Amino acid sequence: MDQLLQFVFSGLTVGAVYALVALGFTLIYNASDVINFAQGEFVMLGGMVTVFAVAAGVPLPLAALLAIAVAVVTGLALHRLAIEPARGASAVTLIIITIGASILIRGLAQLVFDRQFHALPAFSGEEPIRVLGASILPQSLWVLVGAAAIVLALWLFMERTLLGKAVRATAANRLAARLVGIDTTLVLALAFGISGAIGAIAGILITPITLTSFAVGTLLALKGFAAAMLGGMGNPVGAVVGGLALGLLESLAAGFISSTYKDAVAFLVILGVLFVLPQGLFGRRAVERV
Amino acid sequence: MAPEWLTPRRATVAGLALLLVALWLVFPSGFYFRIATLVWISALAAVGLNLLMGLAGQVSLGHAGFLGIGAYAVALGPRHLGLHLLPSLGLGLVLAGLLALAVGRPILRLRGHYLAVATLGLGILVWLVLVSEVAITGGPDGIQVQRLVLFGWRVAGAETWYWITGLMLVLGVLVALNLEESPTGRALRALHDSEVAAAVAGIDVARAKLAVFVIAAVYATLAGGLLALFNRFVTPQTADFLHSIELVTMVVIGGMGSCLGAVVGAAVLTILPQALTVFHDYEHAVLGLTIILFMIFLRQGIVPGLAALLARRAA
Repeated sequence: MDQLLQFVFSGLTVGAVYALVALGFTLIYNASDVINFAQGEFVMLGGMVTVFAVAAGVPLPLAALLAIAVAVVTGLALHRLAIEPARGASAVTLIIITIGASILIRGLAQLVFDRQFHALPAFSGEEPIRVLGASILPQSLWVLVGAAAIVLALWLFMERTLLGKAVRATAANRLAARLVGIDTTLVLALAFGISGAIGAIAGILITPITLTSFAVGTLLALKGFAAAMLGGMGNPVGAVVGGLALGLLESLAAGFISSTYKDAVAFLVILGVLFVLPQGLFGRRAVERV
Repeated sequence: MAPEWLTPRRATVAGLALLLVALWLVFPSGFYFRIATLVWISALAAVGLNLLMGLAGQVSLGHAGFLGIGAYAVALGPRHLGLHLLPSLGLGLVLAGLLALAVGRPILRLRGHYLAVATLGLGILVWLVLVSEVAITGGPDGIQVQRLVLFGWRVAGAETWYWITGLMLVLGVLVALNLEESPTGRALRALHDSEVAAAVAGIDVARAKLAVFVIAAVYATLAGGLLALFNRFVTPQTADFLHSIELVTMVVIGGMGSCLGAVVGAAVLTILPQALTVFHDYEHAVLGLTIILFMIFLRQGIVPGLAALLARRAA
């Protein structure tokens, strides 16, 4: 029982990061139909920039802000320099562009930073908190609370602000949004910027637990993509549920079955779910007009 | 005007065969033959993948998994089953075909991004098995492959492999072009445009998609086997996600739906990293940048792009 709870805690922590990556995917996908495989690189930038800024003597909160700014600028540049010029290209072409971008970002990160693994000190101590016989790291609470705060803030933004409503309108129907006077290019840029920020925050929060290096982005992007598809592409609630579910399953499988195949769980689950539910857990059944 | 017997299909195959001879005449050293061999091998996989992507319009982000199966078949068959290399490769082809047959039906029901993530998952699972089963596969460090000996003839040297793989590619292109003109090929082209219309016209859509998926898998497996025999060493990298993406990029850069395009794309993506080694540390950054620029400025691919340019000149 204690052991089960322990695995649930660690699963939810990792799952929260997957959920944030999946949320970034969903945001960009809804606004532009682009699957952004560079999403994992935002997470990497968040962790790496913070690590190197802290090492240079910048206080942690400031370093974190700097990292978020770098990721936002990267997201905006990705949109402006690579996605916007290729408007109207096929889905596969756009996927290849974002993968090219992720190779480029990783290549640059390897030059600007280095190829080592880096850690950050935990934000508020390393002393585990005992809960019902299991222990949880304070940093895990930071991750969970941080992820919840982001989800809440994003929800408020989407539901309560004019700009958020413009994003939703663009996601629903780009042409109609433009007809009522929404600057859809601005909305698209905004989606890339926010996704960058969300990814960076995820990277900053998780780095004290999992370490970071220039290469952590790829697997995170793949798992985030799997999580987003698991929940049903384009559904923000699905993305969060999919991410948490994936993290939990991974942690339980690693604990009770085999830690060697921990990374396989995400992909076995996604294949299994898609075989039974071709639209994901929360996806709408697509109706094709003929 | 081209004579009547010179159909585009025959011209493509003849052109490739001529290229093989011409390059053989001009190449000064083994290094060039080595690179060309790698191009032919990648091209073989890309030609198969192009049937799936270009002809049938179904994307696969996990195709390197099949290359991995082919490569590890020739590495592990002799070691663990005591088989000769060629029966090992044959076994790999059968296994990959059966795997494609088994997972193809549920996977190919999916559309668009769902198909992308499912194939991606399949490829990664193969890669994970190759990395994790250290006792059998040698794990991340890879494993040695025996030298191929055919009836007492030790197959060695870049030039020999240049011819073996080059002729396999010509054969592969010939088969692919014939398939495009076959009833299955026309069925695939029809379902590419509209699956509903194809089904209404009496095409068994699921069956046609499954057929091309298995064919593409077998092409990739064969390419993987040749790669392992040529390099005499395999690592799980053969099957990893980036390699899958490289294969897809070859098809798209060359021009989707163009058999020749797949060969050109394979040449670009094989030669480019060799050329980029002069950039040392900047290698990855430049590779990523090049891919982005190609996709933005030559969106329809090199071969169709050039063809359109020539047609405009001629008009």
